[in-house]
Amino acid sequence: MSAETLARWQFAITTVYHFFFVPMTIGLAVLVAAIQTAWVRTGQEKYLLLTKFFGKLFLINFALGVVTGIVQEFQFGMNWSEYSRFVGDIFGAPLALEALLAFFLESTFLGIWIFGWDRLSQKVHLAMIWLAASGTVLSAYFILAANSFMQNPVGFTFNEARGRAELTDFVAVLTNPVVLVTYPHQLFACFMVGGAFLAGVAGWHLWRGARTPVPEPGDGPGSGDEQPSTSPDPATARAAWRSAVKIGAVTLLVASVGVMVSGDLQGKVMTQVQPMKMAAAEALYETEQPASFSVITIGTPDGQRELWSIKVPHLLSYLATGTLDGQVQGIRQLQEAYEATYGPGSYAPNIPLTYWTFRWMIALGMAGALLGAYLLWSTRGGRELRHKLWLPLLVALPLLPLFSNSVGWIFTETGRQPWLVFGLLPTAAGVSPGTTVAEVLTSMGIFTLLYGGLAVVEVRLMLKYIRAGLPDLTPATVDEGQDAPLEFAY
Amino acid sequence: MELTTVWFILIAVLWIGYFVLEGFDFGVGMLLHVLGRDDRERRVVVNTIGPHFDGNEVWLITAGGATFAAFPEWYATLFSGFYLPLLLILVALIIRLVAIDYRSKRRELAWRQRWDLAITVSSALPALLWGVAFGNLLRGVPIDADFEYVGGFWNLLNPFALLTGLVTLTLFLTHGAVFVALKTDGVIRERANAFAARIGVLAAVLTVVLALWLNLRHGSGVTYLTSAVAAGGLLGALAANRRGREGWAFVGTAACIAFLFATAFLALFPDVMPSSLDPAWNLTTSNASSTPYTLTIMTWAAAIATPVVVAYQAWTYWVFRRRLTVSSIRDDVLLPDPARR
Repeated sequence: MSAETLARWQFAITTVYHFFFVPMTIGLAVLVAAIQTAWVRTGQEKYLLLTKFFGKLFLINFALGVVTGIVQEFQFGMNWSEYSRFVGDIFGAPLALEALLAFFLESTFLGIWIFGWDRLSQKVHLAMIWLAASGTVLSAYFILAANSFMQNPVGFTFNEARGRAELTDFVAVLTNPVVLVTYPHQLFACFMVGGAFLAGVAGWHLWRGARTPVPEPGDGPGSGDEQPSTSPDPATARAAWRSAVKIGAVTLLVASVGVMVSGDLQGKVMTQVQPMKMAAAEALYETEQPASFSVITIGTPDGQRELWSIKVPHLLSYLATGTLDGQVQGIRQLQEAYEATYGPGSYAPNIPLTYWTFRWMIALGMAGALLGAYLLWSTRGGRELRHKLWLPLLVALPLLPLFSNSVGWIFTETGRQPWLVFGLLPTAAGVSPGTTVAEVLTSMGIFTLLYGGLAVVEVRLMLKYIRAGLPDLTPATVDEGQDAPLEFAY
Repeated sequence: MELTTVWFILIAVLWIGYFVLEGFDFGVGMLLHVLGRDDRERRVVVNTIGPHFDGNEVWLITAGGATFAAFPEWYATLFSGFYLPLLLILVALIIRLVAIDYRSKRRELAWRQRWDLAITVSSALPALLWGVAFGNLLRGVPIDADFEYVGGFWNLLNPFALLTGLVTLTLFLTHGAVFVALKTDGVIRERANAFAARIGVLAAVLTVVLALWLNLRHGSGVTYLTSAVAAGGLLGALAANRRGREGWAFVGTAACIAFLFATAFLALFPDVMPSSLDPAWNLTTSNASSTPYTLTIMTWAAAIATPVVVAYQAWTYWVFRRRLTVSSIRDDVLLPDPARR
């Protein structure tokens, strides 16, 4: 394998992995902040319990999001130095701004939030989580603006002498039509994940509570490594979990509507600026007018010919152009047009990959939303979850929108190929020329092993803290004349 | 002043901020077992940096992003050229942050021992390697006419760079010990104070040797001055430490690190990454930079945001200004009794 192929695989592995933690971070940060707000405003204990419980899970997830994010920033220079030279004038600015305006906000105020429960007034402490959450929401904008430049370069000029793209209009970069539709699409997708996680975890506790008999008084806490649990009384716990299911499922449903609306707008922008990606998403070889949407197509293994399919007439025309009879360009016609512009070569991405990831993105997202709706319906008016099938369903609930995020990004990034920056820089031209196969192989091997190990540690830790349930709120006893101990300590 | 010069200074400030702040983080991590003899004490030590270490690391991310934005050629050559050292640093930074976050998440002896060992090793590695990287940056590395690094890995291991690595390692150890002395009370404070006095002497000797070597090779009037301030800062820190004035000692070690890196950046300027093959192939503030338009936008953003960031980070140190003692740690989070050591 060439250094280029390896560098691409490494980018794919590290980015997809990083992006397991990002939607959780953004979604949960805002939800935890909202629940803490509910506690500060109503004073109800259940909200405090939920804030602490989900706050802990949020932090376990956040740690991995941060560390895998540093790799992303370094990787551009390490493996893609020619790319960095080519776009640095444009791409570097949003990256630097992301760190300066968003990451500092996120990390600094989260630090105070974690340790500040007994050091700050209730309202100031609440402001800390909101500041951290706004950092996460803001960071998404900058990095998506940078990515959108790669999909649809705007606000630049090509400097022949230096062989690089140079910024001419920063506002144009920040208001790229692609980022304007991608940002809401991504944020709503994050809230789908956060909401589904809240609902899934709380739903599981309700399900477990409904199936296990209430323990006899006098039963001690289980041995092992679980924290000694003098947790809240069963009625409070049940009320807390019910609220979390409701908050989570409603967030999931509202966000999924947002994802659909913004996704629809995104399709139209994509048709204009990256028609090849739209054609590839549909495996549409010939230009059609009107174009029908293929729900499912079985083609020959090389993706060149269709064997069997189910189609919805006019739907693709609508998705792509907003009219029922709009013309949608096919891969062959686009290939000819691109050859005329850019010279000989193949300008189509991997068609089966784009076709299937596009469908899986939609299917997984919709399945998550439907499951959320069903959970909300099944718990209405104090109804219990008892059926044993709820276990796999509740485990699947957060994973569906999470994996929908992953395949969505695989679609959008592989759909841009063979370009690194659409129309400007082919992917092969972006790799570091001096980096050897051995070097990339080493780093890819190390990251894959390290990330795999961390995934095991992280998931097991998550499950442990999910199982442990709501925390104990009784304060520690303080000896006279001593400072109160830290409420939280590493 | 030219914008490229402004950005050279700003990037220097970001790196200095990173090393002053994460420097004591690294020191605290390395000294976990030296200053904390049991589970409870180690928790005190690690929690001196608990609320801060995550925010401190953002200085690195910002320095990297700012280099990308302001000097793309520098970013590209540096990061692709120093591939393996940066890979090691990345791995260490990943493990370190996770280790600090996760060490107390299970009340199990083996779990905690492993993560604590990981904290120590993964703090030492970047403390050494950042020095090695900056030593090479100063010394000049093989860069060809296309601004590509052509030196390979072993070329980075040379006496000057290794000395620089040892200087950052010992300086961060001193800085970390002084920080622990400043942030704790009781037996840990005494131990940290005594350790700082010993390691500080070694750090001072190495720093003076490096400062002389650096100035003889790359020096000018102003770098002699800044290295003198750096050495003076460290000596002042040692004197203050001896009297138990940890606040001043911390100011001293911080000044030493800041002025030492200022010396390095002054010695570099106007180059950002000199070539050891041909001075014509040096990357400089002008041939490595972004356009004036990009730099102008970035200047505005930095001018407005940086003071705000510094202010709120300073506030976090104020919020958590109280010294920690062994009684700061709740009994119920410690390891079960027989396993406590």
